[in-house]
Amino acid sequence: MIEILDRYGLLLLMGQYPHGPLGGLALTICLALAGLVISFPLAVLVGIARTSPWRAFRLPAALIVNAVRGLPVLMLIFWAYFIVPLMIGRSVSGITTVICALVLYELAFMGEVVRAGIEAIPKGQVEAARSMGMSYRQTLQKIILPQALVQMAPSILNQFINLVKNTSLSYIISVNELTYAAYQVNAQLLTRPFEVYLILAATYFLICWSLSLAVGKMERSVNQRRQLAPGAA
Amino acid sequence: MISFRDVEKYYGTYKALDAITETVEKGEVVVVCGPSGSGKSTLIRTINRLEPISGGTISVDGIDVHAQNVNVNSLRSRIGFVFQSFNLFPHLSVLENVSIGPTTVLRQSAQQARSHGLVLLDKVGLASKAGAYPPQLSGGQQQRVAIARALAMQPPVMLFDEPTSALDPEMVGEVLNVMKQLAADGMTMVCVTHEMGFAREVGDRILFMDAGAILERASPEEFFKSPQHPRAQKFVADIRHA
Repeated sequence: MIEILDRYGLLLLMGQYPHGPLGGLALTICLALAGLVISFPLAVLVGIARTSPWRAFRLPAALIVNAVRGLPVLMLIFWAYFIVPLMIGRSVSGITTVICALVLYELAFMGEVVRAGIEAIPKGQVEAARSMGMSYRQTLQKIILPQALVQMAPSILNQFINLVKNTSLSYIISVNELTYAAYQVNAQLLTRPFEVYLILAATYFLICWSLSLAVGKMERSVNQRRQLAPGAA
Repeated sequence: MISFRDVEKYYGTYKALDAITETVEKGEVVVVCGPSGSGKSTLIRTINRLEPISGGTISVDGIDVHAQNVNVNSLRSRIGFVFQSFNLFPHLSVLENVSIGPTTVLRQSAQQARSHGLVLLDKVGLASKAGAYPPQLSGGQQQRVAIARALAMQPPVMLFDEPTSALDPEMVGEVLNVMKQLAADGMTMVCVTHEMGFAREVGDRILFMDAGAILERASPEEFFKSPQHPRAQKFVADIRHA
């Protein structure tokens, strides 16, 4: 195992970089981060649309969320692989394809996280803001979202864990991230699949496990914020 | 200042407000009381359109509150509302709670809103808590901040929806004192409350409600001494024994 790490460690870590394209674990993290950063603002919009008093916003948002939630990520990757080039009229890289698919997937799931966060804010908060004359938009911006986003932070980090794992599916369209890199290493060695895939599993596990430790820590601090003074109403 | 004409409200087929016609004059302190479920809270919440009505009209300062084309935000900014459950914004400091209305709705400068906010916090006895966050305060303190927050909009009318019902008994007094001070300053007030002492001391009139209708109108003195309507008699006897 040490020997495999010794020979292929750098390949698994960052592909051929700096002599070739970035790959391996570094690409995995980049894909997941890009997915999160691009989908987050869209997910906030979806969450707002889902809780909007206007049907014209609620319905399309519900349609997207329910459609996407009913499909496996792999299916979204296939669709993005074949449909995105057709739609924009030129071919796109595997990385772009994967990011499109992950963003679509996360937008639905994180949109639901945002919706739940907005709905968890007590109705009295909205009433207090509106009864001072604040508009729907001002109430959302100054009262609801600041509170909802803090409480949602652990769930969002949870979605990031999901994203990290889901990037492994881009193996199917030969994007050279961690799983694909491990697959290639295994193809070269041929006789040592157990060790190669154990390294792969351990790497995913370490990342996701340390992220979930961070989620737990975040949850505790959010809870603490919520009950600064015990016994206060 | 506030006038109701034939106001009705239905929840489905349930009649929550029944032919309410009433006027509150400028500077008047009106106390609304009645058993729970009698429509008091519904009534007070229709005044700033937190609850829609099914029929009739309500006007505040000559503006038809429930008209289609009325600017509800500008209307609400001129009606102070204090809730039973305070509803302070927990992510904002006490001073920010008091100044957020003036800065966002009235477009005051942050500086102006803060200095006015400090004056109001001083008035409710909480200037020393300006930097604290709502969850760090007692219920009585939170409710006083909520009153300061409503006053920050400089409304000509203040509505109180059972402001002391969620408080521990020892904190009721501090909130009532702030309300009495307001009444002494000449504020027009509509208060849903069961605090007889408060009603006696500062109330100009009492409206007794049951089943969505105003059954009795009287001065506090008369109402508590000799209620006329049988249901009002029972109600006064009940709260005496409580």
